[in-house]
Amino acid sequence: MDPILLYKIILCVVVFAVSLGIAAYMTWGERKLAAILQDRVGPNRAGPFGLLQPIADGIKMFMKEEMIPGASNRFLFILAPCFFMLTACMTGVVIPWGGGITIDGVTYPMQITDINIGLLYLLGVVSIGVYGIMIGGWASNNKYSLMGALRASSQMISYEVAMGLALIALVMMTGTLSLGEIARQQDEGLAYVVYQPLGFLIFIICAFAETNRAPFDLPESESELVGGYHTEYSSMKLGFFLFAEYINMFISSAVMATLYFGGYNFPFQHELGLEGNTLSIIQTVVLFAKILIFIFIFMWVRWTLPRFRYDQLMNLGWKVLLPLALANIFFTGIGMYLFGKLG
Amino acid sequence: MLTEYAFWFLSFVAIFSALAMIFSKNPVYSVLSLILTFFAIAGHYFLLNAQFLAAVHIIVYAGAIMVLFLYVIMMLNLNRLEEDKKSTWMKFLSVAAGGLLLFVLLAVVKRTDEITITAQAANSDCGLVENLGKVLYNDYLLPFELASILFLGAMVGAVYLSKKELA
Repeated sequence: MDPILLYKIILCVVVFAVSLGIAAYMTWGERKLAAILQDRVGPNRAGPFGLLQPIADGIKMFMKEEMIPGASNRFLFILAPCFFMLTACMTGVVIPWGGGITIDGVTYPMQITDINIGLLYLLGVVSIGVYGIMIGGWASNNKYSLMGALRASSQMISYEVAMGLALIALVMMTGTLSLGEIARQQDEGLAYVVYQPLGFLIFIICAFAETNRAPFDLPESESELVGGYHTEYSSMKLGFFLFAEYINMFISSAVMATLYFGGYNFPFQHELGLEGNTLSIIQTVVLFAKILIFIFIFMWVRWTLPRFRYDQLMNLGWKVLLPLALANIFFTGIGMYLFGKLG
Repeated sequence: MLTEYAFWFLSFVAIFSALAMIFSKNPVYSVLSLILTFFAIAGHYFLLNAQFLAAVHIIVYAGAIMVLFLYVIMMLNLNRLEEDKKSTWMKFLSVAAGGLLLFVLLAVVKRTDEITITAQAANSDCGLVENLGKVLYNDYLLPFELASILFLGAMVGAVYLSKKELA
């Protein structure tokens, strides 16, 4: 078999496994962090520091009795969590996870595919991700589920607009839609957050809304909607919905690190005197450190801020973030005209 | 060879899901079939090396417009038992309109021999973002801007109509 093809297949499996593994340990991290912020101990029974807790939770999810409501649409009810999980796992393919690994003179890039519409691919997958929630909420045949699904869809559509416009300002500076190229540009110049602080702020707020995380977790706000779109779900189907949310969080952290914080590059990386594979491995480690910082921010915000009201959420999206994103495009254009393409 | 298999597969999916959209009794299934049709057509765009068009097709049609379709259908919760009967006059008009559409489509099919040749001869990179952007902003700037003003007008109109009290 063609070694490049074999390598790509292996990389696909590795990225998939790492996404799932990190998502599993994010549930543990989230509970530990919540415990620290609330002056509790958190999970500490399964294994040292409760490290086996995600495995125990997984087994619990599989062993639970599975309930499918009698009045539900059975086919769509089962399809919805599968689709949600699928779209959550699809985005990892365009992210550059590190430099290149060189074996026998052949360089293998640490990116599954560097398509030249990488950013559009990301936006496309994000925009179809909402179907999992919508179909699930509708197929449950439950008013609370439907309310949750409708909230989720309108929220995701609203914040997608501001997110796309924030990215346009970035694309104006990079001149490319390929994520690999954007990461390489930040090796030569500064990280794009220096040029696009407002764009990054808009992007991170929209990322919170797109992943349905607090303070934007209105689709599943338990005080008004029981459990939101997954009220009727049980067993591993519920597990899929909850788990996909963590994968989405991991991927959006990776996207933020790549687009705005230099990706796998770190300051003074060429002055260390390291070459080839050693440098690549350190770069991958650095990228994961950046991702972990973003994941920490996701969790920190969740356990610090209260939930928005629904009208506040819509006002923030359409009347604050959208005009800000448009102004950001305008000022980016002026800046590029005055100071040249970069800076 | 692989491209040819992909073409036949995507064509099959597109036609099958388009038929499923028309014949399905449940409006939610219709919308989902239509989404599948859009995906198949986006795949065809990819085969023609029109990556930008494919991605935008997914983002705009499958990702935004169909979500709103689904949204409305779920809100109304359409039930096929409550579907009101159309009048005979209405049926007659729809048959006539459908017949006219069929006539136009047949006229196009009759000319396909000439069309396939020109489609092959086009520059294979013309669908990439850079080339598309250059063509749009250099050669077709005025039509492009006019279309965007048209969209803006439609948006303002929709907002105006949705206001409860017309000022």
